[in-house]
Amino acid sequence: MSATTNHPMVRFEGVTKRYGALTVLDDLNLEVGRGEKVAIIGPSGSGKTTVLRMLMTLERIDGGVIWVDGEPMTHMQKNGQMVPAEPKHLRRVRSKIGMVFQHFNLFPHMTALANCTEAPMTVLGLPRREAEERAAELLNMVGLGDKKGHYPAQLSGGQQQRVAIARALAMRPKIMLFDEVTSALDPELCGEVLQVIRKLGSEHDLTMLMVTHQMGFAKEFADRVCFFYQGKICEQGEPKELFTAPKNERTQQFLRAVLEAV
Amino acid sequence: MSADIWSWSYTLEILPILANAAIVTIEATLISFVIALVLGLVLAVLRMSGAVIGWFASAFVELVRSTPLLIQIFFIFFVLPRFGITLDAFTAGIIALSLHYGCYCSEVYRAGLEAVPRGQWEACTALNFSSWNTFKNIILPQAIPPIVPALGNYLVALFKDTPLLSAIAVAELVQTAKNLGSENFRYNEPMTIVGLTFLVLSLVSAAGIRWLEQRLNRRSVR
Ligand SMILES: Nc1ncnc2c1ncn2[C@@H]1O[C@H](COP(=O)(O)OP(=O)(O)OP(=O)(O)O)[C@@H](O)[C@H]1O
Ligand SMILES: [Mg+2]
Repeated sequence: MSATTNHPMVRFEGVTKRYGALTVLDDLNLEVGRGEKVAIIGPSGSGKTTVLRMLMTLERIDGGVIWVDGEPMTHMQKNGQMVPAEPKHLRRVRSKIGMVFQHFNLFPHMTALANCTEAPMTVLGLPRREAEERAAELLNMVGLGDKKGHYPAQLSGGQQQRVAIARALAMRPKIMLFDEVTSALDPELCGEVLQVIRKLGSEHDLTMLMVTHQMGFAKEFADRVCFFYQGKICEQGEPKELFTAPKNERTQQFLRAVLEAV
Repeated sequence: MSADIWSWSYTLEILPILANAAIVTIEATLISFVIALVLGLVLAVLRMSGAVIGWFASAFVELVRSTPLLIQIFFIFFVLPRFGITLDAFTAGIIALSLHYGCYCSEVYRAGLEAVPRGQWEACTALNFSSWNTFKNIILPQAIPPIVPALGNYLVALFKDTPLLSAIAVAELVQTAKNLGSENFRYNEPMTIVGLTFLVLSLVSAAGIRWLEQRLNRRSVR
């Protein structure tokens, strides 16, 4: 199924999303290569979260097609025609994607370890021992090897977010989505989470899409930065260029405003 | 104590009979409550599913909640036989109690399920859980502990409604006490014993529910 060609890992093809009369994303075209790290920035309400949520199948799209790893996700071929995907198809393609949320969304009734073993056991059918070994490895990787038995409520925000990252990784996704994963954290806790994401970038051959307000991190970490404005990609490019010499007037305005706020 | 007001020999005589009746009451309570718990959950899920069947479930719940339990008991026992469904009094009573309290429980379940944040469902989608596993492993275990007290209240309420079954001559506590009273022309002893039995069992269940509640809270540290 997964062809050897150089297809992009993610492709938005003319994707449109509306909420009632409000068009949140308008004919979006975006390709993300295998292993590429893309940062998404832009003012509030510009549709950044919506892009990730559509890719995670948490939102239906109103037009266009989303491709994942060379095959359509939102649609499928039936009798030579593209028809909207059935749940089974959606589930199969979705298994390649993991997501980390702004508010962690950990399972409060489970320990850190159980948070990381539940899906591998019930969804992938891994035996408990194997799931626990893998979860323990991941918790070690995010620096929480000693917190396996803790419940989310017994962990700091930064620790919870790191468990959430480990939980998503336990499903072995090829694509990871991060939606402002440090926005709900106290400033002194952001660093430990960003450190983990940095490590992922270097250790894993993961494709990453991250919405962030941390321009410094985007600049240093991302291969490419997309600036969203009113549901469109207004400007994109390598971080060095986009941050130091933005061409678009709106990008300039936005970056100026962000820098002033710091 | 004057034997006019209280006769111990009479008390001893009727105690075994009332104990048997107490078993009937407790059986009716427990069987009805277990069915009500299951039915309530099913109704709550149907109503939240938003399908056409959900609309019917809502209508049914409204109907049951807006009519007296006694009428429902009579309906099931006296009217259904006209449609070829004849039930013995105990079964009819159990069905009425389960339906009635199942509808009330469905409201409680619904509140509990709706209180689970949307982010929990979304995390499950992101982790590729099936809907069934999402519900069973993630949503339900979070929805239940907070509603244990409310469900427990309905257990006690159901228990205290079992005397209504005397209206269709189920040999539960009150019916038996009434019979004993009219046979012997002495109501003091049987009615007092029955009242005390209800009091003690209600208090015991309330304590049991509080214990369960604390245990559940301890398990999911919040
Ligand atoms: N469920 C919804 N119903 C209606 N409108 C919505 C819904 N979700 C998002 N929107 C609207 O869609 C637009 C884009 O929202 P989105 O969350 O993608 O913005 P964002 O770029 O992530 O903003 P922020 O930086 O504040 O997180 C906003 O105008 C928002 O009000
Ligand atoms: Mg957002």
